[in-house]
Amino acid sequence: MKQHWLAFSTLLTVSALLAGVAPAAAWEPTKAIEIVVPFSAGGASDQMARTIQGIIQKNQLTTQPIIVVNKPAAGGAEGMLDIQKSAGDPHKLITTSSGIFMTPMATKLPLNWQDYTPVAMMAQDSFLLWVNAKSPYKTAADFMAAAKAAPAPLKIGGTSSKREDNLLVFGMEKSGGVKFAYIPYTSGGQASTQLSGNHVDANTNNPAEDLANWRGGATRPLCVFAEQKMAYSEKVADGLSWADIPTCASQGLNVSYQMLRGMFMPGKVTKEQQAFYVELFKKVSQNAEWKDYLARNALVPDYRDGDAFVQFLKLDEDKHAKLMSDAGFMAK
Amino acid sequence: MDDFSSLMTGFQVALSWHNVGFMVIGVVLGIIVGVLPGLGGPNGVAILLPLTFGMDPTSAIILLSSIYWGALFGGAITSILFNIPGEAWSVATTFDGYPMAVQGKAAEALTAAFTASFIGALSGVILITFVAPLVASFALRFGPAEFFAVFLLTFCSFIGMGRENRAKILASLCIGFLLAAVGLDSISGDLRMTFGSTELMRGFDFLVVVIGLFGVSEILLTVEEGLVFKGKQAKIDLKVVLRTWAGLPRYWATLLRSAIVGMWMGVTPGGAIAASFMGYGLAKRFSRQPDSFGKGNIEGVLAPETAAHAAGTSALLPMLALGIPGSATAAVLLGGLLVWGLQPGPLLFVEQKQFVWGLIASMYLGNLAGLVIVLATVPLFAAIMRIPFSYVAPVILIVCAIGAYTISNSIFDIWLMLGFGLVGYVFKKLDYPLAPLVLALVLGDRAEDSFRQALLGSGGSLKVFAANGLVTTLVGLALLLLLWGPVMDGVGALRRRGQPVAAKAAE
Repeated sequence: MKQHWLAFSTLLTVSALLAGVAPAAAWEPTKAIEIVVPFSAGGASDQMARTIQGIIQKNQLTTQPIIVVNKPAAGGAEGMLDIQKSAGDPHKLITTSSGIFMTPMATKLPLNWQDYTPVAMMAQDSFLLWVNAKSPYKTAADFMAAAKAAPAPLKIGGTSSKREDNLLVFGMEKSGGVKFAYIPYTSGGQASTQLSGNHVDANTNNPAEDLANWRGGATRPLCVFAEQKMAYSEKVADGLSWADIPTCASQGLNVSYQMLRGMFMPGKVTKEQQAFYVELFKKVSQNAEWKDYLARNALVPDYRDGDAFVQFLKLDEDKHAKLMSDAGFMAK
Repeated sequence: MDDFSSLMTGFQVALSWHNVGFMVIGVVLGIIVGVLPGLGGPNGVAILLPLTFGMDPTSAIILLSSIYWGALFGGAITSILFNIPGEAWSVATTFDGYPMAVQGKAAEALTAAFTASFIGALSGVILITFVAPLVASFALRFGPAEFFAVFLLTFCSFIGMGRENRAKILASLCIGFLLAAVGLDSISGDLRMTFGSTELMRGFDFLVVVIGLFGVSEILLTVEEGLVFKGKQAKIDLKVVLRTWAGLPRYWATLLRSAIVGMWMGVTPGGAIAASFMGYGLAKRFSRQPDSFGKGNIEGVLAPETAAHAAGTSALLPMLALGIPGSATAAVLLGGLLVWGLQPGPLLFVEQKQFVWGLIASMYLGNLAGLVIVLATVPLFAAIMRIPFSYVAPVILIVCAIGAYTISNSIFDIWLMLGFGLVGYVFKKLDYPLAPLVLALVLGDRAEDSFRQALLGSGGSLKVFAANGLVTTLVGLALLLLLWGPVMDGVGALRRRGQPVAAKAAE
């Protein structure tokens, strides 16, 4: 009994001290924090969420546990609707990609990122043009020339319909004046496997999605859809690093596209609650394990919060609206 | 024999005290997770995944895969006792498992199910141990056309073997396809048949439908029959286990066939669900007394369980070797591998030898531990059948509702479950089979996706389904199975007409 009292009084003293030090307005989570992943378990968004979960828990960056929940139905709309309905709940977060613009555009669902609270952008993800390791193509120009000469359209695999990969293939068609047969798979992993089995002629996967098969000698990258080469110069496979991969534009295929990866909260949360999470994710973004994760998946480090993030979102949304309507992917 | 010595090292890793402890904890947790409908293996593994982040990857995967084994075992328990499949792959187990329980043979059915699970899982592990690289590259030959052919084969084996009115089977199958089409169409990216409802956007979750169709409708039927307690006082002791085992060697052909079907479906990755249905279908087709199926034939329990577990285990092979998950649980485990910093793929076997062989060794040991634990619980679970149904029914209903709710935390799903309970009741009253509906619901959208992917690639030409030896064989086999039943019926009818006296004498 005595010990309990002792512990209790120590607790009181400590909390009194803490209250004295910390500004009175600072908000702290009072129950478990839920990260909603609008994609299925094992995918790129899921890996990011689980990496963040691991970093936060291992380094005890919050007092409350973190839970990752997958709500993948309807191309991520299930997760986005969940956040929409949770307005005012400061214990919920959602991982986002460009899908935050594209899902509402392609389905006409009543969803808008402006109804959420932007927290932080964690990184940008690149897209590459991958071919089977045994295919004869050495550059994007070879591939486009072959597509022009082929009697039937070449097949390009990607994830989902009317999403990032589909837009890229549309961009390639426009840039090269050719026609492709775009084949939507349910995940980048599947698109990679199908390429290594030679069931498609190419895919437009993110670095992480084809990494295993590149290292295993089944697929190889031709070029990256970006204005600059990637930064990671450590050797990955075939004696090449990510930084050795030329840009598609340098090979005459003038298409560039990147995808944001960030975190949002539901709408109608207070400034203090938002500030807590901004601070939290800033710490995550500076963590060594996070940097390892970025390097392993060849993500472009691009941390933004506050106005910088909102400005980025506005520009990116306009860009997507234009791309989607050019490609005819907007829901009527 | 390089692999063999690696396996021995693996056993050393897996047999350390704390790893054996994790194995037992994992199996017990898995059984609990498997028994509760809706919670299920993938969720159980996903919930516990964060706990393992601080652990050494080998111990972590041993713990998580043991949950998987436990869930595979546990799924059979509620299927047999209450006609409620705890897991999607135990649907086919209810067809004969529940009638056996009703006849007072719950302990026999449970023993048969658990033993069959073990045999199935063991054959899967042996496959992984010895032919991993070879089989893994076989999976690469599966493009959209080949996937479609596998699904077609499953559907056809089911229609062809059905003893029920074929028109009714087809009607049930079509309703299943219709339900499977609701939600986002992954090929066009459009929403289909959601009528503006955000609840329907998710589509019909398979487990919600199954809990309603099987569990709730069974309760309705029992209530209608006047709440009589149907399970007889079964003698409950561990000798039942030995007696059941003594009878098993007779069914070696069924066990072998199901194990092969299961391993093949797991690797390709047709999955455990398709495998269990196909195993059941084939057992019925090749049985000498096909009419006793659905009425408590022990083969009807052995066949789907062996196939499901052979598939569930083999499904880990493409995950490890190629990074493609063969099942939902495998997908979650895949996520775990990445978090622990292991990159699944062709190089995992080369770069992470200790991890891979530790895992494979734990598959042998985890399954053995699982078998011992579940067999020990047979008397306990069988004793549930002694409790009067009027006490058990409300509990079952509550467990069903919790299960339906847990899947996506949605109250709507509970209403859906009750609705499908009524549908199941009507189906049973009108003598429509439920299994084809369930089958079409599970595999319908995947079959549709691969069909359309294949046609997108071929520019709309159906020749893609006869483009190479593999796909042609699969499609040919499917058509053979589809026509086998009607043709044999026709031949039988002709014969009877020709020799009425001889037929009578034979009877």
